[in-house]
Amino acid sequence: MRLSPDQMIFWQYGFIKLNATIVFTWGIMFVLTVGAKLITRRLATGLKRSRWQNLLEIIVTTIATQIGEVGLRRPEKYLGFLGTLFLFIAASALGTVMPGYEPPTGSLSTTAALALCVFVAVPIFGIEEQGVGGYLKDYVEPTFIMLPFNIISELSRTLALAVRLFGNMMSGAMIIGILLSITPFLFPIVMTALGLLTGMVQAYIFSILAAVYIAAATRVREPAAQAATDSSNMNHGTQRSSHG
Amino acid sequence: MDNMTIIAVASIVTAGITTGFGTMAPALGEGRAVATALSSLAQQPDASATITRTLFVGLAMIESTAIYCFVVSMILIFANPFWNHVIAQTAGK
Repeated sequence: MRLSPDQMIFWQYGFIKLNATIVFTWGIMFVLTVGAKLITRRLATGLKRSRWQNLLEIIVTTIATQIGEVGLRRPEKYLGFLGTLFLFIAASALGTVMPGYEPPTGSLSTTAALALCVFVAVPIFGIEEQGVGGYLKDYVEPTFIMLPFNIISELSRTLALAVRLFGNMMSGAMIIGILLSITPFLFPIVMTALGLLTGMVQAYIFSILAAVYIAAATRVREPAAQAATDSSNMNHGTQRSSHG
Repeated sequence: MDNMTIIAVASIVTAGITTGFGTMAPALGEGRAVATALSSLAQQPDASATITRTLFVGLAMIESTAIYCFVVSMILIFANPFWNHVIAQTAGK
């Protein structure tokens, strides 16, 4: 039994392999970009809009609202990165309705790449928002002793992001494969439907966790006394005015 | 028992035990989390969006421990490095 779509090789020349993961990733990239290009080619601002434009608007505004609710102040700035993560993972999970398709997120290489994107994006957004010194100061909060633990948590949460997505998608494909050999007719369909649900939930989780990590890195720190007494939601206004 | 049998037995038994025991604690934890979320939803239906989002993120965090166990047992069964080593040694002889 294949553990991941990495082992399904379509074409090989020397050490260059074209396996199912790469092919399906390219397919999803193609569908997403060309689809978005076709839909946004004729955008209307009036009351009469195409149904595809309505669909895209619903998706984009929902993602922006979710990002805003996590605590990021300007969701539009992070919409490109987080929205792409969500759409890619969701599309790769939704593709399982096609026969012969295997989700590229069922390969540890894909999920590790996505997690590394988050790992790189968090410091970039953090430095952009509060400067190099301000971002690095996060690592020695609350005391200097916590420095190694903060670094370890940075690494381990990247590993957790990758393995969580990989495990969920791989287990879905594997359970369907096992059930196909035991009860070939009805139960694989039920598990495929369940796999669609878990795929959407995992896409949501992945992008929300990335948003939470970015929000933690870009948060402008509040004075200790104030932070102890107030909840973080209440003093957003005062915090912004006092820190500029 | 030769080396191959020992490795096979240890891998298969450990794979079963890993998933079996490893999913117990996350199941209890998820049950507690959902129960608490349900009671707080009943008390404060207005905050349902926040509660649901936090619940989903928390459930994914808890569930990932079970997923780690599952991944370990899958590696033990389908991509066992020790097994591959022994196979390579036997083929080399």
